[in-house]
Amino acid sequence: MMTELLLDLLLVVSLLLTALCALLAQDLFRAVVMFMAFGLLMALAWVRLQAPDIALAEAALGAGLTGVLLLDAVSHFRQSDSGAGSGESS
Amino acid sequence: MTPVQLYVLAGVLLCGLGFAGFLLTSHLLRKLMAFNIMGSGTFLLLVGLAQPNNTPDPVPQALVLTGIVVALAATALALVLMRRWYHLSGRTDLQGGPGD
Amino acid sequence: MKLLLVLIAAVVLTVVLGQTAWQILAQPTPVDLRELVAEAMPDSGVAHPITAVLLNFRSYDTLLEIGVLVVAGMAGLSMRAVAPLEAPAMRTSDTLLQALLRWFVPFLLVLSAYLLWAGSDRSGGAFQAGAVLGATGVLLRLGGVPLDFLRPGLMLRLGLVLGFAVFLLVAVMGAIRGDMFLAYPQEWAGLLIVVIEAALTLSIAMVLVGLFAVAPAQATERDWPSREGKR
Repeated sequence: MMTELLLDLLLVVSLLLTALCALLAQDLFRAVVMFMAFGLLMALAWVRLQAPDIALAEAALGAGLTGVLLLDAVSHFRQSDSGAGSGESS
Repeated sequence: MTPVQLYVLAGVLLCGLGFAGFLLTSHLLRKLMAFNIMGSGTFLLLVGLAQPNNTPDPVPQALVLTGIVVALAATALALVLMRRWYHLSGRTDLQGGPGD
Repeated sequence: MKLLLVLIAAVVLTVVLGQTAWQILAQPTPVDLRELVAEAMPDSGVAHPITAVLLNFRSYDTLLEIGVLVVAGMAGLSMRAVAPLEAPAMRTSDTLLQALLRWFVPFLLVLSAYLLWAGSDRSGGAFQAGAVLGATGVLLRLGGVPLDFLRPGLMLRLGLVLGFAVFLLVAVMGAIRGDMFLAYPQEWAGLLIVVIEAALTLSIAMVLVGLFAVAPAQATERDWPSREGKR
């Protein structure tokens, strides 16, 4: 019981951390990779919430397809735009 | 603290995080990711709040399932628009346009 | 200044949302949807509650959802870039990817069919199957396989609207028979759900691959000659 709660806690903390990294990472490529990791962790979270159907869809869509689409876009934007990835404004 | 409470809390925090990220970043791709994070938080809230004892409830789960597919289609459409915008203006943010 | 304002707004949003969520969690649920679903399960035609909710009890939502997907697909197509499908940049000569494709594509197709079939009595269904099928198409596209059906034409249009059309047809048939809109005849429910799901799978995959394929390819310098000085 205790270990399960610890696992949940670990999962939630890593969810929040990957989300934060996806938003804060200077490098756009790294941000997208973090976002893909976030998608995979979401799939795990769905399993913990007794929702295997959503977990299946999230693993295929959230982590797989979204990642491909975003990475494709990153390489597209990068082509002659390297270094302009940092998106933080004040 | 029960697991469901933990995930509901995570959903709330992800919503806040996505909201701040959406408004604070200027790169369109980052805005899109922030928006998706906010959406994920909403999905967690929707499922978590409906099953306080963690017994699965098919109705919100089915809604979230359709929600995920729609979110992905919207993301893909947003990327198409973004790339078109980049073609037209050479920019990856929304400050100014081809007209000015 | 903007940073501060947004941070304050985000914190306020989080606190209010958290407080609301906490109160909702503390209250007992007024209506137990689980029991309602469990009671109606024998009439639904399938054995998996989520599939029953998606395609029978709340099929109106699913109908609108596939409608939204079709609209997204059409909007994407209208943004179609001028680059041809067989742009040299899209063709890859990566031997590893080519070799993997030969293994993965049949496997993914079988997986997709399994997920579709499994949806009637366990986890799985049209959405997951459509996602896997869409991923297969994206993989093929990345491998440079010319996907002729993605060209603007009859095949693409048919593929996009198939799911919505079949769903709507079944819905209207119910109305014509004198039932309510979207009500399935009891003895046909299971079969109709499988047919709708198969069409939905194809359409969902088509929308996803289509949206991936129409994304404008690499920009060239002449697309925006006046770009200097903007960054």
